[in-house]
Amino acid sequence: MFRNQYDTDVTTWSPAGRLFQVEYAMEAVKQGSAAIGLRSKTHIVLGCVNKANSELSSHQKKIFKVDDHIGVAIAGLTADGRVLSRYMRNESINYSFTYESPLPVGRLVVQLADKAQVCTQRSWKRPYGVGLLVAGLDESGAHLYYNCPSGNYFEYQAFAIGSRSQAAKTYLERRFENFADSSRDYLVKDALMAIRETLQGETLKSSICTVAVVGVGEPFHVLDQETVQQMIDAFEIVGEQEGPAAEPDASAVLEAAAEQGAAAADQGGSTDEGVAPMDI
Amino acid sequence: MQFMASKQPENSLLGPESDSQRTLYPYVTGTSVVALKYKDGILMAADMGGSYGSTLRYKSVERMKPIGKHSLLGASGEISDFQEILHYLDELILYDNMWDDGNSLGPKEVHNYLTRVMYNRRNKFNPLWNSLVLGGVKNGQKYLGTVSMIGVNFEDNHVATGFGNHLARPILRQEWHENLSFEDGVRLLEKCMRVLLYRDRSAINKLQIAKITEEGSTISQPYSLKTYWEFSAFANPAQGAVGS
Repeated sequence: MFRNQYDTDVTTWSPAGRLFQVEYAMEAVKQGSAAIGLRSKTHIVLGCVNKANSELSSHQKKIFKVDDHIGVAIAGLTADGRVLSRYMRNESINYSFTYESPLPVGRLVVQLADKAQVCTQRSWKRPYGVGLLVAGLDESGAHLYYNCPSGNYFEYQAFAIGSRSQAAKTYLERRFENFADSSRDYLVKDALMAIRETLQGETLKSSICTVAVVGVGEPFHVLDQETVQQMIDAFEIVGEQEGPAAEPDASAVLEAAAEQGAAAADQGGSTDEGVAPMDI
Repeated sequence: MQFMASKQPENSLLGPESDSQRTLYPYVTGTSVVALKYKDGILMAADMGGSYGSTLRYKSVERMKPIGKHSLLGASGEISDFQEILHYLDELILYDNMWDDGNSLGPKEVHNYLTRVMYNRRNKFNPLWNSLVLGGVKNGQKYLGTVSMIGVNFEDNHVATGFGNHLARPILRQEWHENLSFEDGVRLLEKCMRVLLYRDRSAINKLQIAKITEEGSTISQPYSLKTYWEFSAFANPAQGAVGS
């Protein structure tokens, strides 16, 4: 995308009927590190790539438990993601308190989407720069939704967002027809395989990824590192080639820009400054 | 513009009197509601009386109403407060339907919502002067609960309000069992309502029985119970009484 005279305000339409600020917000999601989700009839698995900025720091939390039956994985501005998770937790717990019943995930997702839409129609606000993969159960079974900064939401059998998510999506597209009847463990295996696809050759180990599961009879929880490593070993999901030892952030961002294809020169240039300016 | 002299000093903890009127006592009241779980769902009975103090003033008051697809609400106490509650529930069900997704509020959710409403009003010293019975079936699960004007709520296999607690519950404790047939359930409820008719002076002999199952709810046409007044104790009620 190139800069133009209609992109200053979220309340300005372009002559082609586009809101550029909203589209720029969706770019922020594409720059974040990958998050994937897939579901069967009874379970949903969320996974994400968790790379720390440097060896000295810990990784950012990108998967949040919203309630026993709902969890969310984010990609993009993690600060925005954190704030939206707090909103979701609040809505969930208020509903639980009033009705003594879990909030149906479909309703939470609509509330989230309406909240995001507000930010696309106020001159004093900006859109949220985060994409959310919402996994949850309700009366009609297991659901996976994707909430966009634009205020749209879609339901998916499987989806991936963030940088190099196209590789994961390709993998998921080949396999999704089997997911509905998959067992919980095979679902986790498929999630790990999809995460591996986004690593582009780097070795998959539990220290760089996070996996969470929710299902009928299984409250939402993040799998601990040991369990994930065991599953990686058991299913032999370790990558074949060794990735370059260079800083993962710069190369990741560069490859993401190249992969998107449509990345403008100036935008590619600004993200090329070594460490990304915003905490992604 | 105040027609009623305010007796509260403005700095009282109960808040400004000039723009609020709290329920201090009930005016038009309904008496007991009795309900039980049976094989296919819930059966509920209530008479159609609305008393104005000791006068049996209104004789066609429907004290049981269906709520949404899955629930039935019966109320005793102030009738106008019951109408207010129905108004709140109308709105609740409307918004629930407007989501237009596969989800709907079941009896448990409605019961808990009502508990919140009743308890919050009690905390503001402005109660809805009712005892409510909420029954329903959803996804094969039967649910029967009650909420009082002070927000006390619980579920059970059979519940009653007011005098029903003292006269009907003992009968139900003896004779209720799981998987009652419809006919047995009705017979048991009528037995309870007959005792209430004999002994509760606000009861009238015109009642409705409501049923709710997975398929839906029905409320019967009003009818009356046969009574027998030739019991020897009724013939000479004061016999053996102290001071007679």
